[in-house]
Amino acid sequence: MLPNDPISRVLYIDLTKKTSQVVDRSDLFEAYIGGAGVAAQLLLEECPPGIDAFDPRNPIILAVGPLVGNLPLASKTVAMFKSPHTGNLGESHAGGRSAVAIRMAGYGAIVIKGASETPLWVSIDGDEVHLRDATTLWGLSNTVTGRVVRENEGGAGLRTILRIGRAGEQMLPYANVMCETYRHFGRIGLGAVFGSKKLKALVVSGKRSLPVADRRAYRQLYDEIYQQATTSKLMKKYHDLGTASNILPLNAIGGLPTRNLQAGRIVNAERISGEAFAEGYLGRRLACTHCPVGCIHIAALREPYENEPYFMRTRMVAYDYEPIFALGSMLGINEPRNLLRLLDRIDDFGLDCMSAGVVLAWATEAVEKGLIPADELDGVSLRWGGYQGYLAAAERLLSQPTPFYQALARGVDYASSVYGGREFALAYGGNEIPGYHTGPAAHLGFLLGARHSHLDNAGYSVDQKEMLKETVPPERLINMLLEEEGARQILSSLVVCFFARNLYDTNMILRSLEQVGMPMTAERLAEIGRDIWRAKYQFKLREGFDLLAQTVPQRIYETDSALGPIDETYMQQAIAYAANLIGELAPAS
Amino acid sequence: MRLSVVDTELCVGCQCCMFACARRSGLGGIASSAITVRSMGGMEKGFKVIVCRACDDPPCARACPTGALTPKPGGGVRLNASKCIGCGRCAQACVLGAVQWDDDVNKPSICIQCGYCVSFCPHGVLAMEDK
Ligand code: SF4
Repeated sequence: MLPNDPISRVLYIDLTKKTSQVVDRSDLFEAYIGGAGVAAQLLLEECPPGIDAFDPRNPIILAVGPLVGNLPLASKTVAMFKSPHTGNLGESHAGGRSAVAIRMAGYGAIVIKGASETPLWVSIDGDEVHLRDATTLWGLSNTVTGRVVRENEGGAGLRTILRIGRAGEQMLPYANVMCETYRHFGRIGLGAVFGSKKLKALVVSGKRSLPVADRRAYRQLYDEIYQQATTSKLMKKYHDLGTASNILPLNAIGGLPTRNLQAGRIVNAERISGEAFAEGYLGRRLACTHCPVGCIHIAALREPYENEPYFMRTRMVAYDYEPIFALGSMLGINEPRNLLRLLDRIDDFGLDCMSAGVVLAWATEAVEKGLIPADELDGVSLRWGGYQGYLAAAERLLSQPTPFYQALARGVDYASSVYGGREFALAYGGNEIPGYHTGPAAHLGFLLGARHSHLDNAGYSVDQKEMLKETVPPERLINMLLEEEGARQILSSLVVCFFARNLYDTNMILRSLEQVGMPMTAERLAEIGRDIWRAKYQFKLREGFDLLAQTVPQRIYETDSALGPIDETYMQQAIAYAANLIGELAPAS
Repeated sequence: MRLSVVDTELCVGCQCCMFACARRSGLGGIASSAITVRSMGGMEKGFKVIVCRACDDPPCARACPTGALTPKPGGGVRLNASKCIGCGRCAQACVLGAVQWDDDVNKPSICIQCGYCVSFCPHGVLAMEDK
């Protein structure tokens, strides 16, 4: 590491004692680079074994990496915590201004421990840390909270504002943390952990320069990366239509989960395609700080008031592939306006829209199958495509008027344990599925991924490339997934956006690391990737994860995937092999 | 030639221009950036892109008590850092807020109208124009 680089400074904040201190953790950054690598170690250090996710001792760890602020596309913050949704490793990534703001404030990581008795927001401006009273903000939506904090804090343009909505306050296990209104620390409940600490918002800002190893070589490297980022095809795809460009291809191959995965295609998919949203609704495009690609697409939803036709409200709603899957095809909604209405509401509550969509899809099928007593529906009609029912149900995930909504608020795993319908409860390790029914690799990927995310190992891409050519033997498939997950730990430790994975190949990473004073060999880099994966799995096993005890939802065998029917025996062989391998690679300590 | 903002509606808020400006020093980060990009109060409303307009009779130079800022022929100002006492009056004098502050050295970051940022704006928001 370079002298004067603040990357190794870790800010520890204790919300119980209302204290903070900065500790130099060069040891961690030298060994694990930053981001996920450092966060995993801090989690192992800070989170006592076996605690409840809402125990005040559960730490919230936010980590960035050495390339942030130096090179384009290094734009992510990794959050780690114990997840209230999976009861295990919680890891979530977000961009926006978060990574650069934390780096410019002079930190490589922030650790928040303890819990406050009264609502507060934490403000970090460089070396200054303030805990502010958030009593008046409690109960306010994501949007309004963001506005109030914005108006009360300095650092405009140089700050990140993370906050929770009502779902986080009520500690719904799939509540997320919103970042700059349009990005999220999504999935597996970071918002609920914020809520358990009475932490309504966190604002971080700063402005500084960063040292580099060789100024000339640095500028050259920068130009090269910038050039590639602005001219490559892949980047153009994300830039033009955003991730929503994947709707039509996924639907065409039959890999777009529809009506709780009763099908892999939705009729009239073109109406909710990236193309249709761009044409009919795109209102603005945004980028994360220091990203020339700018994949964030915001729809303008312009609607008259019911009784005042000449009063309009225009809501700006960020859309991506995943929300379109979860609140669109999964619920049988192919009317973009209705999809945006639902997404807007769920976002403002601060619920993870992917989990919320899968939960509502399960609920619809459970109602259809007569599993839910009518009086528990509280007058709400749940049927495919019926967005008004879904809006009403989403509201009830918060107000919880009946045991049914109380159960839904805990996710499909729990709800199906109460009402039945386990076969079509689409979750892995407690986390609801993402939108890829591409074949066995996708599902094995969700199951095996340390955080049960499709981004852990990109199984969906293995399906569409390798498996499309020939059925890879289960053992080889598992090896491929684990190898990819190891490699991805490097990107998430540098905190380079996964969309830039082709650009930041090993050679580019090594050259980048050299400029931030962390020269190393390709072998060492690969080794670090595996070490990080191992550390994450060590945490998982310590907290009781047992691969063989996991259930694979029966539904995935009933509905043809993009590669045709998924063979149950194949899956079982793969899982048995993976369980063995994980036991060997990450022995419980 | 002076730096101008072509159309803020094209700005995605990536701040690549700010990083470019700061990188002229050869360093990373944004401490010395002479450009500011920030939202108009929520990103949904778009962005303000604040650059120095290279005024003919620059108020910032007039406000400087030590003569550290002097008007340049053709517009804009030049900073003599050794004369600057870091009082901040130049920054207060610019109604656009185009005089940025470098906290690392406690002196203003003055745009020299070099146009380096222009080639790092991916969306053509910035351009050099004849005055
Ligand atoms: S580089 Fe261009 S798009 Fe990015 S913030 Fe600057 S002006 Fe806006």
